[in-house]
Amino acid sequence: MKTDAIAQIGESGVLARSDFAKLLSTLQDEGYAVVGPTIRGGAVVYAEIDDESELPIGWTDEQEAGTYRLKRSGVALFGYVAGAQSWKPNLFQPQRTLWTARGNADGFVIEAVAEDMPRQAFLGVRACELKAISIQDHVLADPANPESDYVARRQESFIVAVNCAKAGATCFCVSMDAGPGVEAGYDLALTELIDDVRHDFLVEIGSPRGASIAARLPLTTASGGDIDAAEAVVSETAAGMGRTLNTVGLKSLLQDNPDHAQWDDVAARCLSCGNCTFACPTCFCHSTEDVTTIDGEVAERQQRWDSCFSLDFSYIRGGAVRPGVASRYRQWMTHKLANWFDQFGESGCVGCGRCITWCPSGIDITAEAAAIRDSLRED
Amino acid sequence: MAKSPLPADPMLPRRFRVVENTRETVDTYTFSIAAMDGVSEFSFAPGQFNMLYLFGYGEVPISICGDPAQPGLLVHTVRATGSVTQAFASLKAGDMIGVRGPFGSSWPVAAAEGGDVLIVAGGLGLAPLRSAIYRLLAREGRYRRIVILYGARSPDTILFAEELKRWRDQPGISCDITVDYADANWQGRVGVITQLIAQAEFDPQQVVALICGPEIMMRFSVAALKSLGVSDASIHVSLERSMKCALGHCGHCQFGPLFVCKDGPVLPYDQIATLLGVAEL
Repeated sequence: MKTDAIAQIGESGVLARSDFAKLLSTLQDEGYAVVGPTIRGGAVVYAEIDDESELPIGWTDEQEAGTYRLKRSGVALFGYVAGAQSWKPNLFQPQRTLWTARGNADGFVIEAVAEDMPRQAFLGVRACELKAISIQDHVLADPANPESDYVARRQESFIVAVNCAKAGATCFCVSMDAGPGVEAGYDLALTELIDDVRHDFLVEIGSPRGASIAARLPLTTASGGDIDAAEAVVSETAAGMGRTLNTVGLKSLLQDNPDHAQWDDVAARCLSCGNCTFACPTCFCHSTEDVTTIDGEVAERQQRWDSCFSLDFSYIRGGAVRPGVASRYRQWMTHKLANWFDQFGESGCVGCGRCITWCPSGIDITAEAAAIRDSLRED
Repeated sequence: MAKSPLPADPMLPRRFRVVENTRETVDTYTFSIAAMDGVSEFSFAPGQFNMLYLFGYGEVPISICGDPAQPGLLVHTVRATGSVTQAFASLKAGDMIGVRGPFGSSWPVAAAEGGDVLIVAGGLGLAPLRSAIYRLLAREGRYRRIVILYGARSPDTILFAEELKRWRDQPGISCDITVDYADANWQGRVGVITQLIAQAEFDPQQVVALICGPEIMMRFSVAALKSLGVSDASIHVSLERSMKCALGHCGHCQFGPLFVCKDGPVLPYDQIATLLGVAEL
């Protein structure tokens, strides 16, 4: 049943699998570069895609601590769990030039670098990733001190969220109250509905921009059965979480135990490579460095992601404040799960599991927290 | 996300011109700068810092040490130790410098009115306190006693020596100096600054203490003040951490839950007593 009335915020419609390509073409017609999941280097990554054939159709992933493998499974477009990298690089650039200074007889002039802002449509944003974007908003889009490039990219971005149909072994979004169902912050939200007789998408409208795109899609009215089926997808995923993190009293558990022996224990396994911070969708730390041309005429101020795991990160005259790996791991985990509440009123973790999957030595943030908790339990 | 006009980019430095650069000690320089973008006023509160940029070298956080009553002239004192700060040494009148700021919290000079104020400075730590001293002296009548205690490694590393003499001779102000190592000409005190604290005249119940210096010196100074009965909330220290943005989002300056760049650098001791006790925080 074709209707043309499904264009209000909060309304839902059904998009047939055979019409999915129209979602991409409609976004492209609106001037958006569609950034979506695709397979590169043996992993699902988010990159600009031209058409649906580039999606990881019929692929899923197996994730464990220090392990990631793709494998064939079914026909789903969004059957994988979480991409190797979040949407962070698309909003908060890993490296960019802030400004350029040119020397002259008078001294120097500073020119702001004006970049063409990409109009991006993110296809397949998961609930944990949506929460992570909201968390980064509170840091980088703070009206008092905005990260100007982030704010501009964020304003231009269209978000097509997807409810997770499968939980990975390193997922714990339920513990962090960050998924697996998307709740807010999207323009359109999809739930992939697959059974023996159908392959459709329930499309929920979350914003005026989303409504204007939805109005141009061949949506049919969603029945109560469609909505129930979508809810069942989310609840089954929630029941399949691979990991849990007990957050009760976690803030004080970490803040009150900076000298716990577990920090030395994890330091013996941690390579301080910084993978967890770069894979983390909320880690925001960055650095600046000046790059000067060899003739000394032009100096660029560059900003790039940084990691609290590097020795240089805390360097002041006299040496690094955190020379030990134990103190660096403690800084990262305590910041993420505890200090973030003092700074921004929320946790800095969304339970996406990337820090566990992409740690080369398989360190598991949920296990580290549990180890500290268990050691303090009164028997 | 709602669309809103973007505010001026706080990462862009303003251009200033060097007015004067004076060598204070063998490795320490004080230079004053004035804005060249037509905006002569640069209001700051004592204790705040700027991010100073030198073309071709880079940017570093430096406390403002000039007189807040002269906002047209920004003054910084820098020890030449790194690649950027060593380049500051050769600045001369007319040279250009980039400035972002002012940033951070300030010394609670207004809140201290009505009681005693104790300044405890170690080494280069006198620089961030000098702005506070200017403000205190300008409003001298509002304080019962102003006590300045300064510790330096050796006589030749004493900063602002002429001013220290003036402050010492000024009625209503007491100013005491000690050095760790004397030379043949030194006729003053020798020893750590905590000895000066023990002998200083102030009311521990009605004093606000402002401390800046190496972290070890601040620890012992706090311990000396506490043993005299000064409350944690009356003690304020200025912390140093790595800083890149000064806006609270590069993450480098984190000290437990605090961002030293925006929650500090001046912090009341009661807020950080526990954190200071943690190694490598």
